[in-house]
Amino acid sequence: MQDNPRELIRVDQLSKIYRVADKQPGFKGTLSHFFNRRTYKVPAVKDVSFNIFPGEIVGFLGANGAGKTTLLKMMCGLIHPSKGLVNVGGFLPQRRQTAFLKEITLVMGQKQQLIWDLPPMDSLYVNAAVYGLSDEITKKRINELADMLELGEELTRPVRKLSLGQRMKSELLAALLHHPSVLFLDEPTLGLDVNAQARVRSFLSEYNKQTGATILLTSHYMADIIALCPRVICIHNGSLFYDGDLDSLANSLSPSREVRVELKKAYFPEQFVSYGEIQELNDRFVCLLVSRSKLTEVVGKILSDFEVIDLEISDPPIDKLIGELFLKGEIS
Amino acid sequence: MKRYFKTIMLFWSTAFASQLEYQLNFLIELLAMLGTLSGSIFILSLFFSDGRQLGDWSWEAALIIQGVYTFMDGLTNALLRPNLTEIVNYVREGTLDYVLLKPIDSQFWLSIKKFSFAGIPEIILGLTIVFWSAIRTGINLSVFNTLIFFVSLFIGFVILYSVWFLIAASSIWFVKTWNATEVLRALLAAGRYPITAYPVILRLIFTLLLPVAFLTTFPAEAVLGELKLVIIILGLALSTFFFVVSRLFWIYALKHYTSASS
Repeated sequence: MQDNPRELIRVDQLSKIYRVADKQPGFKGTLSHFFNRRTYKVPAVKDVSFNIFPGEIVGFLGANGAGKTTLLKMMCGLIHPSKGLVNVGGFLPQRRQTAFLKEITLVMGQKQQLIWDLPPMDSLYVNAAVYGLSDEITKKRINELADMLELGEELTRPVRKLSLGQRMKSELLAALLHHPSVLFLDEPTLGLDVNAQARVRSFLSEYNKQTGATILLTSHYMADIIALCPRVICIHNGSLFYDGDLDSLANSLSPSREVRVELKKAYFPEQFVSYGEIQELNDRFVCLLVSRSKLTEVVGKILSDFEVIDLEISDPPIDKLIGELFLKGEIS
Repeated sequence: MKRYFKTIMLFWSTAFASQLEYQLNFLIELLAMLGTLSGSIFILSLFFSDGRQLGDWSWEAALIIQGVYTFMDGLTNALLRPNLTEIVNYVREGTLDYVLLKPIDSQFWLSIKKFSFAGIPEIILGLTIVFWSAIRTGINLSVFNTLIFFVSLFIGFVILYSVWFLIAASSIWFVKTWNATEVLRALLAAGRYPITAYPVILRLIFTLLLPVAFLTTFPAEAVLGELKLVIIILGLALSTFFFVVSRLFWIYALKHYTSASS
């Protein structure tokens, strides 16, 4: 869309406020809801700003209701912002100009666009006509994408008879037929089993490498984010609280590292207290949380004070960290 | 333009394929249509059984109206009902998102995506009744009158479509508007009888406010060569007005669309 290596997507102080009706439980509540509907304003996205460059894969993290989907839908032009600005490749998304729509695609894990009673192939040709693709190009692209997605005869079987994984892959094919350069993916792996998730992931990363497309995705599965997104944007209660690479997010969330030690014999818990916070103590195994600044010192002391068989230092799992963060509802 | 044409062809061929997936349902729809039609012709025949007249319409002339009604009902069943009642589902399930992100007019997509082939026999039957009755009245059916007849059918259809789309589009706010579309079907049913059969006040309402007269009576008058030029001009103006309003309303409604949350 843009030739210069400047930002592809610019989001500037973007806000969205929803009007929501409030209904009290019970019959009385229903009556008053019907006759005197009271609405109040709920800010779904508050003052969010960031830039995204061509070819990036960016993951949006946040708890349910954090505002990820609203943000995504404002970027693809489905929702009009209440305040602020979104610019995607020089377009205002909410105008939904044809030139803009031909460059983007949206995939929603829990909603499908394929015609339920017919094989995916029929829906693919409808999409091709809508995007004005010739039959020749359509055939070529279907073959290419079907190869990448490992789809074969599934494409000529009614959608209702496909498994969830096959259906999702067909949805991806339908969404990418027009070779969009910006992909908006809302929970693309929702409900898929581990294998199918992995296949969708490897496809997306391959597609990104081959076409240089920019990918923006939200996911509940940390594995998606870890595998695909070097950069993450965390949203909490509608506000942006982190924008950067995934590793530094782990660092800023947890200034400690995990030290797992296997010992020759069992010790009492009290003996470890001075070294770090005990995470786990199990016979001859102990897991300690040690702050990064004291790491070398503590490890040296452990090695000299105890008879150690094995020692391993690692980052605490990121999904655990983020999960805790969302539970606590704190912004660091 | 070519792209839109190709899209329609593919829309309808896939619609046909989906309907054939359920053969029994297709047959039942056809039977239901035949039942309704013979019912309404029977009722009409009761009115005329003693040589009475309805308004100042003869039996054959009233049959023409019945034919026009059948034709409109067929078009409704083929195009309006499958598409416009579906808009509610698009909004409720949030799949409208996919439609809005296609580089094609969303009103076009929502209005024409489906085509129910069970409506076609009714369309053909309707036209057959019209022309058969017209010949029976002994009227000289000129090319010009036939042309005017089709123009007035078009006017009626555009008006019906626009009003229906307007109501369906309001589902962006109210989500469920199925009842409102039932009112429209009743309105169309009111057009089964000549407009002059109704009291004067209803006649005015049916002409200007709820243009039922344009749906059936005026096309029938066109066949009989009784339609005034003024009415055609009024019809063209009214249908353009209704269509433009439906379009503007849709654009306005989309600004308020918040999409179903996930």
